[in-house]
Amino acid sequence: MRLPSWLAHHLAALRALLVMTVILGFAYPLLFVGVGKIPGLSGKAGGSLISVGQQTVGSSLIGQSFTDADGNPVPKYFQSRPSAGDYDPTATGAGNLGPEDVIDTPDRQSLLTQVCARSLAVGKLEGVDGSRPYCTADGVGAVLAVFYRDGFTGPVTRVVSVNQTGTPFVSTYQGVTVESAQAGEDYVALGGVITPIRGEAPADPVVPADAVTASGSGLDPDISRQYARLQAARVARERGVTLDHVRELIKKNTEGGVVNVLELNIALDGGK
Amino acid sequence: MSGWLLVISLVVALAAVHRPFGDYIYRVVAHKKHNVVERGVYRVVGVDPAAEQSWGVYARSVLAFSAVSILFLYLLLRFQDRLWLSLGMDPVTDHVAWNTAVSFVTNTNWQAYSGESTMGHLAQMAGLAVQNFVSAAVGIAVAVALVRGFAGRRAGTLGNFWVDLTRIVLRVLLPICVLVTLVFMIGGMVQSLSGGTDVTTLTGATQHITGGPVASQEAIKELGTNGGGFYNANSAHPFENPSVWTNWLELFLIFLIPFSLPRVFGRMTGQNRQGYAIVAVMAVLAIASIALTVGFETHGAGTVPQAVGSAMEGKETRFGVSGSAVFAAMTTLTSTGAVNSFHDSYTSLGGMMPIVNMMLGEVAPGGTGSGLYGLLILAMITVFVAGLMVGRTPEYLGKKIGAREIKLASLYFLVTPALVLIGTAAAFATGNNATALNSGPHGLSEVLYAFTSAANNNGSAFAGITVNTGWWDTATGLAMLLGRFLPLVLVLALAGSLARQRRCPSPRARSRRTSRSSSAWSSA
Repeated sequence: MRLPSWLAHHLAALRALLVMTVILGFAYPLLFVGVGKIPGLSGKAGGSLISVGQQTVGSSLIGQSFTDADGNPVPKYFQSRPSAGDYDPTATGAGNLGPEDVIDTPDRQSLLTQVCARSLAVGKLEGVDGSRPYCTADGVGAVLAVFYRDGFTGPVTRVVSVNQTGTPFVSTYQGVTVESAQAGEDYVALGGVITPIRGEAPADPVVPADAVTASGSGLDPDISRQYARLQAARVARERGVTLDHVRELIKKNTEGGVVNVLELNIALDGGK
Repeated sequence: MSGWLLVISLVVALAAVHRPFGDYIYRVVAHKKHNVVERGVYRVVGVDPAAEQSWGVYARSVLAFSAVSILFLYLLLRFQDRLWLSLGMDPVTDHVAWNTAVSFVTNTNWQAYSGESTMGHLAQMAGLAVQNFVSAAVGIAVAVALVRGFAGRRAGTLGNFWVDLTRIVLRVLLPICVLVTLVFMIGGMVQSLSGGTDVTTLTGATQHITGGPVASQEAIKELGTNGGGFYNANSAHPFENPSVWTNWLELFLIFLIPFSLPRVFGRMTGQNRQGYAIVAVMAVLAIASIALTVGFETHGAGTVPQAVGSAMEGKETRFGVSGSAVFAAMTTLTSTGAVNSFHDSYTSLGGMMPIVNMMLGEVAPGGTGSGLYGLLILAMITVFVAGLMVGRTPEYLGKKIGAREIKLASLYFLVTPALVLIGTAAAFATGNNATALNSGPHGLSEVLYAFTSAANNNGSAFAGITVNTGWWDTATGLAMLLGRFLPLVLVLALAGSLARQRRCPSPRARSRRTSRSSSAWSSA
């Protein structure tokens, strides 16, 4: 019996797919699962796990947070970058907010305010200036909704500091008194022109960029050398060791210009 | 590694290998003899490797294989909880399973799911990874079929799809992946069947370090310009891209096949110069796009990047801003769609570049196969317009570009823009744009990016948008399906039409045409 050609095509297709699945879906990956058992490769294939004494404490490739149960930084440890997924390997990814996400809403903080708040917090923890461009002194985005008489032109009629319900970061804008925001009010819908204010902060802030931004994976194991150097004094003080000792360990745990935070902290604990 | 060093080293490496590797692929697809493994495959599949297929039969074979693949993958995802290695994951919901099945069969690898919380190891390796291989092979096979149409002296036939599929998988993709998987494992990528390890961190919290056959999937993910990550974070995840040098290798693999196929074209048509012309067009567009993307990102315009001091939001420390921007450009210049940083948080102009690259039709150098056939159709339209301007019957490589050919070529180019516009409009008309994370113009960009990516079979995203709803899964699934198979059938129809034509034999006429089509290129 001869099959109709459309059926013959689909049967050939099914058989081809099954053959490919056996070769590419089983033989090929399983071969390398086997290769991954070879001593020398097995550590890496198993996830580059690190042990201190008897206990496995993490993976050298996967970042973790060094905070207490309340989410506050444990000061004897170097801190990792902010993470959109709280360093949970079962929920990886980024924050995904855009470069002009500057207005806080009742649902969530804007990316700008997140950056400002992180910068302020890191500045306070390290005892340095946490100010940044486009940030208020109380750590939110310095953003005004400016109302003009004729929409986008004409004299300014009203100004609101959209991210602040308390005292505005500037008292006047172009001669008009700046109001504080009412919670839940949408000033864009009312016709306000969103105007971020640069402010007086230095263009090169003391708190480095990686300290105030979330990574792509949410699992970034590294921080920049600048952020490590900034944290060195605090860690040395908390541990009662010399700054030179801490700097030496930073250097030892720097590879390709970035510092592996978990390995550095384990080295500080004397675990490895 | 600074961005420029990264780009220059990639250019040097690709310049060195695209010819020998293209020659190798040429021998694979042109060789007459079948080795013992291949003969075994043909016996099991039940096809005669010597049978030549017309364009219609070739197209029906491609479509049958893809339809069976979609159904198989859909069922595998729906029933993963009853099979091995599910890690206790639930069955994938119906609309996500449909979307994912279409996505991986069409070489898009758009991900409406998060790998680490949705897919068991069997679904990843026996479902998704297999489609990574064969969807790439289908693209290359169709490109080769089109080139056979140009080169054809064989009375209308385009070769045999089953032979092309088998050989491209077994002689091109698999050997490279075997090598690369080993290198990736040395680089630190995970390769196990473990469900993961719970560890207690230094501060006493619990962290679940995942396992899985990651390295083997990562190799074909880049080589086949697929881009579907084992994890949600894709190549930003340290297990998918642990270091600066694995990043380099991933980028090299993304460009390797697309930049080598023009050589195959040159060899098969017997006119290597035409192959060089195509490589040159691809390279100029690619380098310009990469330079602009890196420039925009390192310049760091915009309120948040200015407040931060650089565009580091959504980027990994080990890659930095330029190492991320190069990846963003290259993943959208091809149909890859893997990401090592999150495009949604890019500067406005930096985030525009991936959209521009995709809207260009992904031809510089494009996906495995789809890049070459896209650019060849662009070449035909260029030659046609140039021919009209000088008042001659347009010809390309000795084949007349007549009404039928130009209709097929024009339809090819109208498919994806139409899908992008209709999809975006439909999202707004039905209110489904509300799932965008960002508000205002950036929310529009998220929706536009989603349909541009789906219709062009890229798979990257402005990932803030929530797309695992019934509407989004259905709509982007349709965009991927139509964006893949309509152009593909049109290409094969065109190939059939060219293959039926006899090639003009006069060497003098041919040299005139060669120089004319070269000049047409320079005005393209």
